[in-house]
Amino acid sequence: MSDQQITILIDGAVHQVPPGVSVAAALLTAGHRAWRTTRGEGAPRGLFCGIGACFDCLVTLNAQPNVRACTVLIEPDDHITTQIGTGRD
Amino acid sequence: MAMTSGPTYDAIVVGAGVVGACCAHYLAEAGLKVAVVDRGSVAAGTTGAGEGNILVSDKEPGPELDLALLSQRLWTDLIEVIGPECELEAKGGLAVGFEEETFAQLQVFAASQRECGVVATPVTGAELRALEPHLNPEAAGAVYYPQDMQTQPMLAAAHLIARDVRAGRITLHTNTNVVSVTRGSDGAITGVETTHESLRAPVVVNAAGTWGGEIAALAGVDVPILPRRGFILVTEPLPTIVHRKVYSASYVANVASDEASLQTAAVVEGTKSGTVLIGASRERVGFDRTRDWSIVSTLAAQALQLFPALSEVSLMRTYGGFRPFCPDHLPVIGPDARAAGLYHACGHEGAGVGLAAATGHVIAQSVMGMETTLDLAPFAATRFGVVHV
Repeated sequence: MSDQQITILIDGAVHQVPPGVSVAAALLTAGHRAWRTTRGEGAPRGLFCGIGACFDCLVTLNAQPNVRACTVLIEPDDHITTQIGTGRD
Repeated sequence: MAMTSGPTYDAIVVGAGVVGACCAHYLAEAGLKVAVVDRGSVAAGTTGAGEGNILVSDKEPGPELDLALLSQRLWTDLIEVIGPECELEAKGGLAVGFEEETFAQLQVFAASQRECGVVATPVTGAELRALEPHLNPEAAGAVYYPQDMQTQPMLAAAHLIARDVRAGRITLHTNTNVVSVTRGSDGAITGVETTHESLRAPVVVNAAGTWGGEIAALAGVDVPILPRRGFILVTEPLPTIVHRKVYSASYVANVASDEASLQTAAVVEGTKSGTVLIGASRERVGFDRTRDWSIVSTLAAQALQLFPALSEVSLMRTYGGFRPFCPDHLPVIGPDARAAGLYHACGHEGAGVGLAAATGHVIAQSVMGMETTLDLAPFAATRFGVVHV
């Protein structure tokens, strides 16, 4: 199994995750439960509905903010960064 | 199942949208015991499908503009009652002309509105950029309408109703379908039968919006309201890019048009939550909720002409709904001469949120037998002529 893993970056740190899973699953696999802060209170957010409906799991993926982590498949060398607020401030 | 005999009220408001909420509020303010009945939840119909516009800018001189000006003032007071939860923003509106000719037409329109009490100021160049820094610099000019406001309509309706329910001034019956409007042997209104119980009152206010014609029919009268469909696009939350309610000159013509076929004009505004709302399409296609992606892309393209900075932005979702359309674009407000005790407060097309406060205000005056602030004759349910039963 391990030789099939792909390499990604999470806030600059290298992680090995399985291929063919969602960005959210990759983040959970790497031990992250929150990857965004809310616009108002700065509260942590991660996966909630997991099916693309709630927009809670937004994350910055390869410099693009507001990507729903549950709806996008992880790719080798993806760089995920914690999204602060709108991700555009 | 036999109907149980229910409680007695001074007035029953059918419809828990923003118009029904305002009618109930002003009736309760007048000291009446009020019930609000809705077949769904609060703001489940057209109120929950709009942008929350409180506009004077898109209305030509006439009865609707007079109503809008009154409503604009009343909303300013109502916000003190409801509190900041309804996200009311006195942000002002900008009607934008790209060509010199359309800008000139906007200024002629604005001059006619100024005679009615609308504040409307032509702006160009640096002044326009200061009002709306990200607006396409190719625009010839705009007219600035500082009286235009925006609220989050579901929050406005819900908080207004909740406040009056908590104060014990109104009773709310949601998920309660009105199955008949009852009338006595003299023809006067005596209440409504619902799927749960019968509610008695000498006054029934039809605030059922796009479905107002159905409630009228239950009372045995004809009110010709048709659905006019619209879609709204919602962007991802952004730092503030759009400061005002900004729309292209063609929007005013579309609002006033009788066309059944599709019309679109760019209407772009930010919200307190950070999302940008993009409208507005109008078409009469019955109650068909099917998403039309060609309309979505047309609206997006038109918004980009106003705000090129939105080109890097993702849409998060779209929503749609049905405006209550009347053939002459005026709402139906006031007592119905054909049924004593029946009042209408529906048919506001796309202006229901904005006109809600004044509608509730004059309905309460009318129910209480007072002189109304505005003449209600232009809004009479009997103005449409031929009654086909």
